[in-house]
Amino acid sequence: MDKEIPRYAHGSRVPGWDTPADLDKDPATVPGVGGSPSVEVPAELRAEIEASMALYPETRSATLPALEAAQRLHGWCSPEAIEQVACVMRLTPADLAAVATFYDMLETEPVGRHSIYVCTNISCSLCGADALLAAVQEAAGEAEDGDAEFNVRAFECLGACDIAPMASVDGAYVGPLSIEDVPRLLEDLRTGRQVLPDKQLAKRPCADPGANV
Amino acid sequence: MSTPLLFADIDEPGLNTLEIYQRRGGYEALKKALQMAPEDVLKELETSGLRGRGGAGFAMGKKVSFLPKGSMDKYLVCNADESEPGTFKDRELMQKNPHMLLEGIVIASYAASANRSFIYIRGEYVLQAEMLDAALREARDARYIGDQILGSEHSLSLVVHRGAGAYICGEETGLLDSLEGKRGNPRLKPPFPANQGLYQGPTLINNVETLSTVPAIMRMGGEEYAKLGVQTSTGTKLVSISGQVRRPGNYEIELGIPSREIIFDLAGGPLEGREIKCWFPGGSSAPVLTPDDLDVPYDFDSLAKAGSMLGSGAIIVVDDSTPIVELAIKLAKFYRHESCGKCTPCREGTNWTVKMLERIDSGEATPMDLDIMASVQEHIIGNCLCVLGDAMAMPIGSMIAKFRPEFEAHIEAARARSGLGPAAAAAEQVLAAQGALGA
Repeated sequence: MDKEIPRYAHGSRVPGWDTPADLDKDPATVPGVGGSPSVEVPAELRAEIEASMALYPETRSATLPALEAAQRLHGWCSPEAIEQVACVMRLTPADLAAVATFYDMLETEPVGRHSIYVCTNISCSLCGADALLAAVQEAAGEAEDGDAEFNVRAFECLGACDIAPMASVDGAYVGPLSIEDVPRLLEDLRTGRQVLPDKQLAKRPCADPGANV
Repeated sequence: MSTPLLFADIDEPGLNTLEIYQRRGGYEALKKALQMAPEDVLKELETSGLRGRGGAGFAMGKKVSFLPKGSMDKYLVCNADESEPGTFKDRELMQKNPHMLLEGIVIASYAASANRSFIYIRGEYVLQAEMLDAALREARDARYIGDQILGSEHSLSLVVHRGAGAYICGEETGLLDSLEGKRGNPRLKPPFPANQGLYQGPTLINNVETLSTVPAIMRMGGEEYAKLGVQTSTGTKLVSISGQVRRPGNYEIELGIPSREIIFDLAGGPLEGREIKCWFPGGSSAPVLTPDDLDVPYDFDSLAKAGSMLGSGAIIVVDDSTPIVELAIKLAKFYRHESCGKCTPCREGTNWTVKMLERIDSGEATPMDLDIMASVQEHIIGNCLCVLGDAMAMPIGSMIAKFRPEFEAHIEAARARSGLGPAAAAAEQVLAAQGALGA
């Protein structure tokens, strides 16, 4: 996401906005290798990562599944989560942090428990996605514990323009959404029900009248 | 179109299971292919004239034939990172008919003599990845995937690999880096993936729809398939249509029908009381076309001749209620967000295009900015490792070219709203500074 770069009134950048890492410090090494302290890894996480690594000719290919598993356990790719993955995969934490910061679905800051990705790309925004996003943000912000419960984000095209405007709620696609749906959406999430069952993409038939004949 | 190939009975309950798929004649094409020599399977693919359905439209048979012969490790990667704005056809195929894709992968891997395959599916497609995983388990149990498939010499392993949200991973070399567990940065080409791809080995990369078409080609024969569509664009194509139309969705068409038929007859045309302002024929990366182009046949070459492209086969319709500047900002911001930052023209070009467009919207621009913006687009095209930058430059360039009067009116209106403020003030400052120097 875009970060605001602090600037003076005349336009030049305020020093320190991009202060690099401490270059005098020794780089972090692979935890548990070459005398560096090992870290405690929950057994289930270790087993899941090792199973992923076994699927590929080169174990590094398991980076994304491993980070995803760690995120599921910790809620986000915290430094602790990254160290645990690094320990199992025999990579440095920097290798993994580089990957975690590249992908939109890997969180590098703590976030709310339920993810609500509102698509705001072209097709959805032509159908009113910006107002929808504002409504979801407002409703989640007003809610008690809103920050801990909900992770509301504008997302790039989610590949469901036929149900625009839409959102991916904890991975399930729902749409077309109207602003009136927002309170029910949050309520369903909070109570652990299936979100807006009548608007689930999974139940939608193909639009082509020539198919299914 | 008489009978759909890819969408036949697509909503039949249970089509995603092996039982129903087989009852409908599934995996018969694979059995037929395994009776043939790999070269003959390849010949069928070449005769079919099938062109890649992911965006570039490269002949699929030719791509297979580029793989070197010999007994090294070869890979097949199915590109299921469908992220092009407006595109959602692969989603429907993977969710409702995953076995058709698996069958296509096994046949293609046989033709390419690849023994390891991967499906790189975008991380957002949770349901679709689960469908693929379930289908894969069934196919393994039935010995359609694994060692010595159906008693033949051909073996294939398959892994469903989930991405984690990055448009650039749909670019084939970015996808390979991501699959290797790195950031999804595109690589320098050549070497092309056919020679040095995944783990530096020869790699065949194809889109979901392309591979899903392969069983139909084996069933019909390449020659018969080539009779569908038009000469240089054979076969049927899934078209995702979205935006301001009445019936958005996926439709299977025979290539070469007039675009008007897709937008008006299938998708119902624009909303009540609205007119089409412009439309993207092939995803948001395709240069926009106007209502004058509605009779252009929907195929690869005709759209290229009209100055745009078929791309991923995603039509986005924009009606006259949307200001073109708003559309351009939305588009440019997407590419700025998704640029991986490896090549300067794309990283800086997308960023500055957004800034200039925002200046237009806030009343700080002059009509001259349009020329600067157009020249930025020209400097992006062809100057990067991949075409992400081009994918912004082409539609933005086409918008400036085709809707220049509207851009200019927008500039003037915004300047009037802001009381000619910032631009006039800046000019005054410059004049004052020059005066001070002179004195």
